[in-house]
Amino acid sequence: MISESMVDLSRWQFAATSLYHFLFVPLTLGLSFLLAIMESTYVMTGKEIYKDMTQFWGKLFGINFALGVLTGLTMEFQFGMNWSYFSHYVGDIFGAPLAIEGLMAFFLEATFVGLFFFGWDKLGKGQHLLVTWLVALGTNLSALWILVANGWMQNPVGAEFNYETMRMELSSFGALLFNPAAQVKFVHTVAAGYTTASAFVLGISAYYMLKGRDAAFAQRSYTIAAGFGLAAILSVIVLGDESGYTDGEVQKAKLAAIEAEWHTEEAPASFTAIGIPDQELMETRYAVKIPWILGLIGTRSVDTPITGLTEILEKNRLRVRNGIHAYGALQLLRAGQKDESTLAEFERYKQDLGYGLLLKRYTEKVVDATDQQIELAAKSSLPRVVPLFWTFRVMVACGFIMLAIFIFAVIASSIRKCRQNWLLRASLYMIPLPWLACEMGWFVAEFGRQPWTIAEILPTFLSVSSLTELDLYLSLAGYIGLYTLFLIIEMFLMIKFIKLGPSSLHKGRYHFEIATGASL
Amino acid sequence: MIFDYETMRLIWWALLGALLIGFAITGGFDLGVAILLPFLGKNDTERRVIINTVGATWEGNQVWFVTAGGALFAAWPMAYSVAFSGFYFALLLTLFALFLRPVGFDYRSKLPSPIWRRNWDIALFVGGLVPALIFGVAFGNLLKGVPFHFDNEMRIFYTGSFWALLNPFSLAAGLVSLCMLIMHGAVFLQVKTVGDINQRCKTVVTLFTIITLVIFALAGFWVSAIDGYQISSAILPNAVSNPLAKTVTNAAGLWLANYGRCPVLWVIPALAFVTGITTVLLSKLDRPGLAFISSSLTLATIILTAGVSMFPFLIPSSSEMNSSLTVWDASSSLATLKIMFWVTLIFLPIVLSYTTWAFRVMRGKITLEYIHQNDHTTY
Repeated sequence: MISESMVDLSRWQFAATSLYHFLFVPLTLGLSFLLAIMESTYVMTGKEIYKDMTQFWGKLFGINFALGVLTGLTMEFQFGMNWSYFSHYVGDIFGAPLAIEGLMAFFLEATFVGLFFFGWDKLGKGQHLLVTWLVALGTNLSALWILVANGWMQNPVGAEFNYETMRMELSSFGALLFNPAAQVKFVHTVAAGYTTASAFVLGISAYYMLKGRDAAFAQRSYTIAAGFGLAAILSVIVLGDESGYTDGEVQKAKLAAIEAEWHTEEAPASFTAIGIPDQELMETRYAVKIPWILGLIGTRSVDTPITGLTEILEKNRLRVRNGIHAYGALQLLRAGQKDESTLAEFERYKQDLGYGLLLKRYTEKVVDATDQQIELAAKSSLPRVVPLFWTFRVMVACGFIMLAIFIFAVIASSIRKCRQNWLLRASLYMIPLPWLACEMGWFVAEFGRQPWTIAEILPTFLSVSSLTELDLYLSLAGYIGLYTLFLIIEMFLMIKFIKLGPSSLHKGRYHFEIATGASL
Repeated sequence: MIFDYETMRLIWWALLGALLIGFAITGGFDLGVAILLPFLGKNDTERRVIINTVGATWEGNQVWFVTAGGALFAAWPMAYSVAFSGFYFALLLTLFALFLRPVGFDYRSKLPSPIWRRNWDIALFVGGLVPALIFGVAFGNLLKGVPFHFDNEMRIFYTGSFWALLNPFSLAAGLVSLCMLIMHGAVFLQVKTVGDINQRCKTVVTLFTIITLVIFALAGFWVSAIDGYQISSAILPNAVSNPLAKTVTNAAGLWLANYGRCPVLWVIPALAFVTGITTVLLSKLDRPGLAFISSSLTLATIILTAGVSMFPFLIPSSSEMNSSLTVWDASSSLATLKIMFWVTLIFLPIVLSYTTWAFRVMRGKITLEYIHQNDHTTY
């Protein structure tokens, strides 16, 4: 039997390496577009300062990009290394978007990023601009295919189980591609990336203004970041709301857990703004409720109820029992007993096979499961409420704080050239918020998917490789050691170049070069 | 019918090979150049010359590897699962070594400190050496057979150890891949440099081409002594992908059976020798561009030799032979293979055309003067 600690270690490893990967991805996604905008302004106006902006922010882009590439490799390796049963079980569908990402997006991004840095003297203005836009296009297409893969884990459409190969197989590529869960996650995620990069440029430009350095450079950067950032954060919020709607459609348990919606209420459901959820008693103490809001987010109507966790649990108990039938029939089929009645039995229950597999955590003999084991399996089908409830609220709070600051930043940069110190300081201190929000967002999306790797099809517990705990401790130690080292080096370089500012370009017209008269 | 399962499986076997060869030819010289960095660059400027010969293009080259991995996942998910979970620590080492490359290239020349740069040079060297060696060791182990089996629900169990991967035959295969990539890297450096470095490359090309060919020849004789595998039940090229449905036997020399059945295949290993020798001659005659084409062919034919010797096996199992993965029973469904075929048919030519363009933009020699003039923008 698979050991619990092996599963936990595999999960920790995946969570740690993917959250770490996503420290670098959002900045790449957004900054590539900001670079393209800055360079377009350069090409249109012919003003050198916009070229300097592209090159300076491009330098920071490069420092960040290296770690994005490095940590991205881990992701591709990890599915096979630590999650080999997952890779076998769904590789027929899940592998395709990953391969297409390589062919269609990563090649584009990686080939042109080289020309972005080394092609300034070798390409015409227009050609170089095209290169920059292609980098931005490549990074964003990358995100598209990764989120098509991820969206399928949340809402596995367009696939059928094949008992002869013992895996899921693709039945509709169109359904995979136009999966509503994937589409909505893609736009929400890239908009979060644009917000992150805007907050980064905004905050650092504010720092230069507070220090009274390179005013023209900083103000222009600030203005571009403010405008792009406001558009981005508005999109994130609107599309986040759209995600809530999609969750209401396809991931009822996740939505109910985020909202601590223990029981189905009379429509339209109210939204629990804050409170203290308790999973044991299935109630939320000190709940502050806003009438109607959840019903509107989750169903876009005033008369459709939001299903509560109690009702979902009720239904899942039945699905586990059906799953036992499915699993029993599958065992017969695998043993070669492919008669009419076994096939009919399997067909009848196969949509609940995943729920039967949940029992594997509690017993080897799924068909002989006791009532107690069935209850455990049904209980395990609900995500844990408390972590989701809080991380979701932190994410939303970060989003609204950023919205406020971006609004002020746009007003200030359009009227008074952003001279207010409080706003500049707020812009600077806002820098960590988008990262916090991104990490929380991924936590909500993936922890909320539990106990499944593929929603309602493959339990996380079964998805792991047949490794030992020692294997996983060793690999985890390696990742933590190397990743910590790389993060220290990256932050060191990042801060060094941020402090130097555009003087690091050695163009002879920025703060430190003029102040000291020597090149640095 | 052109789009039947059998044809699609053959096409995907070929496409996977093409992606691997694509990586060996492009990413391969990056690895070779990184290995040669501490030996051919006698001072900081020379080392920067060497790094900048690949600086602008290595990132795109590495995507061949990423895409080959993705294609393995999409088209041969069982092979991906077995190889990645089985060769666990070998892949972890490869991954950790590959980590050193993006940071090594990008961060090295951002600070002037000699200690900082020296350490990144070592990192780049390790980042080239370890993958170049392990890729070959992995191929060697595929030829030897890998101890794994499936249970009835297709869960994979690997019963070998990391140390068992380092057997003499596989190490010899590792040396072939290491030496051939050093040869290829040296040829590429000869193309991109002038003067001292250019001259040093010629010696390296000669030496490492000869070593590559000698070990390759030895491994060829060795293969006739190790156990090869063959499917002993009826071959069903259009059946669903169930590796447990066949029976497999092994015997010494079976890896040469394909050449017996189809003698024209001998052309492939023979070409490896011919193009290897041509590479040395062209390099000596100062025709590095042609030598590069020739050494690319050497890599391609060496990899193809391993592929056709094993065909139709992808990963033979040494512990429960019937669990072996072959072209006929380890693929994705027909629907996935077809869709991925069309996607590849459309995008691979696009990738090839803009990659060619990028190389044309960055063409020309990297000189010491170029590094001095672009002190703050080059790697």
